[in-house]
Amino acid sequence: MTRLRGRLLVLQVLVIAMIMVLVVRLWQVQVVQGDRYVTVATETRTREVRVPAVRGSILDSSGRPLVRNRTSLVVSIDRSRLERMPDGGTAVLRRLSPVLGVPYEKLKTQIRACGPGVSKPCWPGSPYTPIPVAEHVKTRQALQILERQEDFPGVTAEIQARRDYPHGKDAVQLLGYLQPVTEQELEKREGLKANYSGVDLTGRGGLEATYDAALRGKPGLRRVQVDRMGKVIRVDQRSNPVPGDILVTSIDERVQRIVEKSLDQAMKETPQSDGAAGVVLDVKTGRVVAMASRPNYDPKVWVGGISEKDYRWLLSDKSGKPLMSRAISGTFAPGSTFKISSASAMIADGASLNGTYECPSSYTAAGRSYSNAGGMSLGSISLHTALEKSCDTVFYKAGYEQWKRDGGEKPTGTPKEPMTHMAKAYGFGRRTGIDLPGESPGLIPSREWKKNLWASMKDTMCRRAKTGYPEMKDAAKAAYAKRLAHENCVEGYIWHAYEAINFSIGQGAVLVTPLQLARAYAALVGDGNVRSPRIGWALVRPDGTLVKEIPVPIEGHLPISDEVRDYIRKALAQVPVTGTAAAVFRGFDFNRVKVGGKTGTAEVYGKNDTSWFASFAPADKPRFVAVVMVSQGGWGASTAAPAVRRIWEGIFGVGKGEDGKPLKPALPDGMPPAALPVIRDGVAAQ
Amino acid sequence: MTDALRVRRRSFVRRAVGQGAPLWRMDGILLGAVVALSVIGTLLVWSSTRQWNSAEPTVMVKKHVLNLGIGLALYSAVAVSDYRVLRRYAPLVFGIATLGLVLVLTPMGATVNGHHSWIMLGGGFAVQPGELAKPALVLMLAMLLARTGDKKKDRPRYLDVGLCIVIWGVTVTLVMMEPDLGTTTVLTAITAGMIVYAGVHKRLILAGVVLAAAGAAAVWFLGLLKPYQVARFTALMDPSTDPRGIGYNSRQALVAIGSGELFGKGLFHGGQTTGRFVPEQHTDFIFTVAGEELGFVGSAVVVLLLGVVLLRCLRIARLCEDRFAALVAGGVATWLGFQTLVNVGMTIGIMPITGVPLPFVSYGGTATFANMMAVGVLQAIHIKDRVFG
Repeated sequence: MTRLRGRLLVLQVLVIAMIMVLVVRLWQVQVVQGDRYVTVATETRTREVRVPAVRGSILDSSGRPLVRNRTSLVVSIDRSRLERMPDGGTAVLRRLSPVLGVPYEKLKTQIRACGPGVSKPCWPGSPYTPIPVAEHVKTRQALQILERQEDFPGVTAEIQARRDYPHGKDAVQLLGYLQPVTEQELEKREGLKANYSGVDLTGRGGLEATYDAALRGKPGLRRVQVDRMGKVIRVDQRSNPVPGDILVTSIDERVQRIVEKSLDQAMKETPQSDGAAGVVLDVKTGRVVAMASRPNYDPKVWVGGISEKDYRWLLSDKSGKPLMSRAISGTFAPGSTFKISSASAMIADGASLNGTYECPSSYTAAGRSYSNAGGMSLGSISLHTALEKSCDTVFYKAGYEQWKRDGGEKPTGTPKEPMTHMAKAYGFGRRTGIDLPGESPGLIPSREWKKNLWASMKDTMCRRAKTGYPEMKDAAKAAYAKRLAHENCVEGYIWHAYEAINFSIGQGAVLVTPLQLARAYAALVGDGNVRSPRIGWALVRPDGTLVKEIPVPIEGHLPISDEVRDYIRKALAQVPVTGTAAAVFRGFDFNRVKVGGKTGTAEVYGKNDTSWFASFAPADKPRFVAVVMVSQGGWGASTAAPAVRRIWEGIFGVGKGEDGKPLKPALPDGMPPAALPVIRDGVAAQ
Repeated sequence: MTDALRVRRRSFVRRAVGQGAPLWRMDGILLGAVVALSVIGTLLVWSSTRQWNSAEPTVMVKKHVLNLGIGLALYSAVAVSDYRVLRRYAPLVFGIATLGLVLVLTPMGATVNGHHSWIMLGGGFAVQPGELAKPALVLMLAMLLARTGDKKKDRPRYLDVGLCIVIWGVTVTLVMMEPDLGTTTVLTAITAGMIVYAGVHKRLILAGVVLAAAGAAAVWFLGLLKPYQVARFTALMDPSTDPRGIGYNSRQALVAIGSGELFGKGLFHGGQTTGRFVPEQHTDFIFTVAGEELGFVGSAVVVLLLGVVLLRCLRIARLCEDRFAALVAGGVATWLGFQTLVNVGMTIGIMPITGVPLPFVSYGGTATFANMMAVGVLQAIHIKDRVFG
C-alpha cells in the first residue's frame, strides 16, 4: 500500500495542477479578454433591421395628390432562411410558383444576389432584407401563404407602400422618380448612410431628387437578437419610423392637365416636331403653376424596379430622351420672343418710346442683307408696332448700330453691348435656380464669349480648315463646314456684325430654355423682379404642421423703368388682337380675359423652325405667364400660339370644350389658391 | 440480548437517518460537492434547453431532474452496500457493459444527434453503453490489479497487467467501432492511470509511454483517424482554419464563455446561450452556459467543486486499507478528472473538441447514473473504512 500511496500523491498534485490551469485559463478568457469576446458575441447575436419610413407624397396647390403612396400586398422571400434549408429552398420555391403564377426559374433568378457577373434580374440589397418577388398579389394568394407557413417557411406577405402616380404621365419629368440608392451615393453623402437601409430608394430626378431629404423621412430602427438560425428571438430596441414630409407644390393639377393636353395636340398637329415644352408661371409669386415636356413616358416603369430594357429605351435617341425636361434642360433659339429684351436694351441705350422706327422689308449692313419674314414692310412705325407686328428690321438696325458704336470688329475700350447686358438682366444665359435638377444655363453670346470660345476651339478649327470634313457624306455640307472652320480659325475671335444683328432677334448663338423665357416675361409684365422660380411651395408634416414654406428668391430687377415695361406689355397685349397672333386668337372672347403675348419662330440650321409663343394674362394686370415651345414645330403663330390659346381657354374657362358645352375655368376667378391646403392625416382636408 | 434485539428492531427510518446510519458516516464534503454540481447542472440544463420548445420550456430539465433522481437512488443503493460484493460481481458488471457495447453495433443500436452509441429500450428510454463501460472498466481493472505477485505486495502481477491491456483493447475496439473517440480516450486514460497507480515498475511505465507515442504516431501518419477527428486537432492549434466547421464549435464556445466576463450575464440571460450559438450545449458544451451566464466566478466555482470531488476521491483512496478499494477510488478519480480536463479544456481552447460530458453537470441519463454509482461506490468504501479502519 505504500507504493500506492506514493503514486496517489502524484495524482493529487496532477489534480491540483489541473484545477489551477483551468482556473487560470478561465481568468484569461473571461476577465483578461472578456470585453473582446463581449464585442464578438454582440456582433454574432444582433442584427439591425431598418423599418422604412413612408415617403411623403407630393401634392398640388389645392392638396390634390400628384404622387402618392399606395399600399399593395407584396410577397417577399427571406433568402438567408431558404439557404439554410437542406435543399436550398428549392421545394419552397416550387410550391410558391403555382400560388403566385410565377415560373420557378423566375423566382430563383429574382432572389439571387447581384454581384460581378450577375446582372438583373437579381437582388441588390442586404441578404437579411426580405426580397419582394410579387407585388399586387390578391388577398387570397397572400392568405394561402400566411396560413400555410409550414409549407412556406421564409416567405411572407405584407402590405408595402409603393409610389403611385394618379395622373399617369402628367408632369412626369417634373415629379422625378426613385431608384435604389447606390453604394457610391451612400459614400458620397456623409451622414446619409444611417437613414438608408440596403434597398432604400432615393429620388433621382425632378422633385423627388430635390426634396429627397425631406420626403424620405427617418426610418425606424429595430435592433433584434437573432439565434444561430437567424430567427428573431427578441427585439432589443426600437425607434419608430418618422414619415417623410409632404411636399405641397404650386402646380395646379387641372392646369397641368390642360398644358399636357395642349402639348399633345400641338405635337399631333405637327408630325415633324420632335419635342415640346409648356410652362405656366404665377407672375405675382414666381411659382410654377404647370410645367410639361414632350416626349414623355409612363412613370410606372420605375415602380418595383425598372427593367434594363426600359431604362435603355428611356436614355436612347430613339425615344427622344423623355427623362429630360425640355422646359428646363432643353435650350433653343428664342427667335422673336427675345425681342422684349432687345427692345428694353434699345430704350436703355437711349432710344425713345415715342420715336419712330423704319421697318423696311430688308436691312443691309456690312455687305449683307437681312430681310423681314415674308418680306413685310411697314414704313415708319412706333416701337409698339414693331413689337406687335414683329418687325425684324427695326431690331437689326438697332443691333447693328450698337455693335458699330462699340467699335465694330475692332472694339476699343470696354464695349457697352447693351443687348447682351439686357438679356443677362432678364435672366438669360444662366440657370434660373428652379428647384429641379439638371437645368441648363442656355447661352447669351458676347464679344468676350466669342474670344474665349475661339481660344478653346482655335486648334481644332485651324486643323479642320486644312483637312476639311472628309467623314461628312453630304459634299455641300462638308464644304460649308470647311469654310466655317477656316473663318473660325482666322477670325473666330471677332464678334461680327451679323452676329450682333442675329442676336437682336434671338437668333445666332442665343439659346434659352422655355422656363428662362417664362420668367423673363413674368419679370416684364409683373413687378420687374427677376425671380428664381419654385415648384415646391411648402413642406408639411402628415399631421398638418407646417415645416417650412419654400420662398421664391428674387435674383434681380430689370434695369428699365415701369413706364418702359408698361409700354412693352401694352404692345404685346395687341399681338393676339391685331398683331402676329391675331389669326390664332380669332374668336377668342377678349371680354372675358385679355391676353398678351409674343410669337417666335427660330431658325435652326438643318431642322425645321422652333415654334414659340410667350404669353401673359390677363393682359392689363397679368397674373400668369404661359410659354409653349414646339421643337421643329414651324411658325410660332401656327403651332405654339394655338397651344397657348388652349391653355388660357382652360384656365379662364373661355370658349367651348370638346363636348360643345362652355368650358369651366380650371382656376375659379383666374386665381391660384392663396393659402396652402389644410393637411390632415397625410391628405388634404376637403 | 435486549440491546441486540433493540438494534434489530430499529425502524427503517431510524436505520436510514438515525445515529450511526450510513448517511452520517458518508463523506459529507464529497456528497455536498456532488449535490452542488447537480443543482448547478440542473439550472444550466434548464437555461440551455428552455428555448427548444417555447410551449414546454421545462421538458428537458424535467427529464434531467428525473435522471438525477434515479441517479441518487442508485447512489444510495450502492453507498449502503458492501463494496466487497462489487469486487465479486466485477466480471459480471464488465460483461454486461461489454455486451451493451456489442449490442450498439447490432441493429439494436441507434443514432442520436449523429452519435451511434445508443440502445433504445422503448418508451422514450435509451442507454449509452459507452458511459456504463467507464465504471465497469474501473471495477474490472481494480479487481485484476488488486492481486499482487511480489513479496511487499505492492506491485501487480505482469499477467494481470497484460490482461488489463487486453481488456482495454477489447473495450476500446468496440467503442471505436461506433465510433466514439471521446469515450475511447476516457477508457484509455482510466486504464493507463490505474496501471500506473497500481504500482507497476517505472521501466514498464516508460516502455508504455514510448509504445503509446509510437502508436499515436502510427495512427496519425497511417491515417487511421477520420478526417473530422484530424480536423479537431488542427482546429485546436488554430481555430480560424475552419471557422464554419469544427472551428465554429470551438470559436462559439470561447465567445460564449469569454463574453460572460467576471460575473456573467445572469442565469437565463446569456445571449449566446439563448441564441443557441454553441452546439450540444446541454451536454458536451454545458460548461459554456456556466461561463456565459455565471461568469468567471460561477465557472471557477464549478471547476473548484469538481476539484473538491476529485480530491475527496483521492482522500478516500489514501485512507482505505484495501488495495481493491484504493484502486477503485483512484480509477474513479482518474476517470472523472480526465473528463473534467477534456470537457472544460475544450471549451476554453486548450483541448481538442471531444465528445465527453462534464461529470454531474451535463445532461445525459446513462452518464449521470454512472457518475452517481461511482460516487456511491466511493461512499461505500468510505463507510467501511470508517467502520473497520
